[in-house]
Amino acid sequence: MSVLVFADSTEGKFKKSAFEVVSYGKKVAEQLGSNVVVVTIDANSTEELYTYGAEKVVSVKNDSLSIFNAKEYASVLKQVADAEGSSVIVLGSSIDVLHVAPLLAVALDAGYASNVVALPSSTSPFTVKRKAFSNKGFSNTVISTDKKIIGVAKNSYGVHENAVSGTTETFEASIAESGVKSEKIDKVTGQVTIADAEIVVSAGRGLKGPENWGMIEELADVLGAATACSKPVSDLGWRPHGEHVGQTGKPVASNLYIAIGISGAIQHLAGINASKVKVVINTDPEAPFFKAADYGIVGDAFEVVPKLIEKLKAFKQA
Amino acid sequence: MKILVCISHVPDTTSKINFTENDTKFDTNGVQFVINPYDEFSLTRAMWFKEKQGATVTVVNVGNASTEPTLRKALAIGADDAIRVNMEAVDGLSVAKQLAEVVKNGGYDLVLAGRESIDYNGAMVPGMLSSLIDFNFVNGCIDLEVDGTSVTAIREIDGGNETLSTSLPLVIGGQKGIVEEKDLRIPNMRGIMMARKKPLNVVEPVAAENATSITSFEKPAPKGTVKLIDADNVDELIDLLHNEAKVI
Ligand SMILES: Cc1cc2nc3c(=O)[nH]c(=O)nc-3n(C[C@H](O)[C@H](O)[C@H](O)COP(=O)(O)OP(=O)(O)OC[C@H]3O[C@@H](n4cnc5c(N)ncnc54)[C@H](O)[C@@H]3O)c2cc1C
Repeated sequence: MSVLVFADSTEGKFKKSAFEVVSYGKKVAEQLGSNVVVVTIDANSTEELYTYGAEKVVSVKNDSLSIFNAKEYASVLKQVADAEGSSVIVLGSSIDVLHVAPLLAVALDAGYASNVVALPSSTSPFTVKRKAFSNKGFSNTVISTDKKIIGVAKNSYGVHENAVSGTTETFEASIAESGVKSEKIDKVTGQVTIADAEIVVSAGRGLKGPENWGMIEELADVLGAATACSKPVSDLGWRPHGEHVGQTGKPVASNLYIAIGISGAIQHLAGINASKVKVVINTDPEAPFFKAADYGIVGDAFEVVPKLIEKLKAFKQA
Repeated sequence: MKILVCISHVPDTTSKINFTENDTKFDTNGVQFVINPYDEFSLTRAMWFKEKQGATVTVVNVGNASTEPTLRKALAIGADDAIRVNMEAVDGLSVAKQLAEVVKNGGYDLVLAGRESIDYNGAMVPGMLSSLIDFNFVNGCIDLEVDGTSVTAIREIDGGNETLSTSLPLVIGGQKGIVEEKDLRIPNMRGIMMARKKPLNVVEPVAAENATSITSFEKPAPKGTVKLIDADNVDELIDLLHNEAKVI
C-alpha cells in the first residue's frame, strides 16, 4: 500500500518539480501511515532524492527510454506501481507528465486528479483541492477508486527537505510497443524555460516593437529569469510563440512574475495567477494589471527598465 | 478519412466565476458558453482536412441538452453532423468512456480534441480516450499532417518542440499552432442556416462509473492591494523584492 512518486528528469537530471513531488509524496505517505517509493526513468543518479524523503528509489534504465515516449513511460510506471503495490501515485505537471498521466490512469483503472494545489484534506474519503476555471477557482475533488493518481500543480506545495538515508534498486521493465516515434527535438538551449523558471520577465504591446526587447532580455539575464510575452506580441511575430503566456498560451507558476507594458487582460492573468509575487510596470495607472499585482510602478518602461537593470546589477554584485 | 472532433462547452474566457447551492454548483447565471478554445483550434484543423484532402467531420459532446447551441455552432463552422451523449459530464474518465463508445460505433480514424478544457482544466480526456480505444496519441499538438495513414505531428515540449511520426488511428490533444488564431472560423449566415438542417443525434450513455466527483468549489482569497513604488525609486522595489517578498 505504498505511495509511488514519479520523479521526472530531463537528459538525466531531475527537474526542480521532481523534488516538489517527492516532498509532497512523503507527506501523503505520512498521512496514510504508509511508505514512499520514488521511481525514476533514465535519471543519472538518484541520491539527491533522499534529501526530500525518498526512503526507497526504484531506478529504471533502458536505452529506449532516453527519449520520452508517453506510452512507454505509462507502461513502465504501471509495472513499478504493480510491483510495489502502490495505491496512490503522485506525479507532477510538466508537459511530459501531463502526456503520460491519463494513459497511466486507464492502465491502472485509477481516478486521476490533476492540478492539485495542497495535501489531501482528508484521506477517507480521499479529497484534494484542485485549480479550476483557469485559476479563477478551486474544486474540492473526491477520488473514489481504489487506486488514485494525484497530479501536483507546479510550485504549489514547494520543495521541503526531509533527509533520510535512502536506498536505490534497479528495476527491469519490459518496454511497450509504441506507435509514436520521436524524429527530431528542437530546443532552445542555454535559456531558462518558462515552465521551470523561478522568475519570469514578461513584456507586452507597450514595448512598441521587437527591436526594444534587448532590455527585456538583459533584465531577464541579470535575474536568471525566463522571458515571456503577451499574446498580441507573439501574434505580431515580435517574439516566438513559445513565449506567449496566458489562457491560450503557457501557464506560469513562478515565484516572481514581472509584467512590463502588459495591460493585464483577464485572459493574460488566467495564465499567471499561479505566480506568487507579481510586479507590474505600466504607464497607465488604470491598467487592470495593477489590481492583480503585488508591487507596481506607474511609469514608462523605457525609463524604468534600464534603471532597474543598472540597480539590479549593483545589487547582485553587492 | 473519418474525423471526430470532441467539443467541450465552456464558459467564455471573460466570465465571472461564481458558485451557488452552498458552493457546490457552478453558477451559470449570465454566463455565455462557447466552444472550448483548444477544441476550436482542432475543429478548424479538421475543416482543413475536409476541404483539402477529403474527410467527413463529426463533432461530439458529452453533456445535457444545454450544450446543443455549442454543437450547432460547430455545425455552422462546417462539421457534417453532431452527436450529443446525453449525460452530465462530471468526471474525465467517465467522459472518456462515453467518447470511446462513440468512436467504436462510428469507425473514426482520427479524433481531434483540445489539450484541456478551460473550465475544469483536467487535461485528461484525450489521453484516456486514446488508451481506452488503443489509438496512438499526441498531446499538446502544434502541427499535424496526414498522408494516407502516415502522420507527422509536432508537439510542444519544455523549451522547444518535438517532431513525431505515427499513424492512424490517432487521438490528438490540440492547441494553438495546429492552426493559427487568425485562421479560426467564424460561422457565417449561410453556415448558420445550413447548421439547422444538419443532424444532431442524441445518444444515451453507456454505464460508466465516475472515478472522481467535485464536492465543493472555492474562490481564491481576495488579494491585498498593490504596493505602488515611485518610478524614480527602483531601489525600493529591489529592497521589497529582496527583504519583504524574498524572491530575489
Ligand atoms: C479567447 C481569447 C484568448 C486570449 N488568450 C490570451 C492569452 O493567452 N494571453 C494573452 O496575453 N492575451 C490573451 N488574449 C488577449 C487579451 O485579451 C489581451 O488582448 C492581451 O493580453 C493584451 O496584450 P498587451 O497587454 O500586451 O497589449 P495591450 O492591451 O495593447 O496593452 C499594452 C499595455 O502597455 C502599456 N504601455 C504602453 N506603453 C508603455 C510604456 N512605454 N511603458 C509601460 N507601459 C506601456 C499600456 O498602458 C497598456 O496597458 C486572449 C483573448 C481572447 C479573446
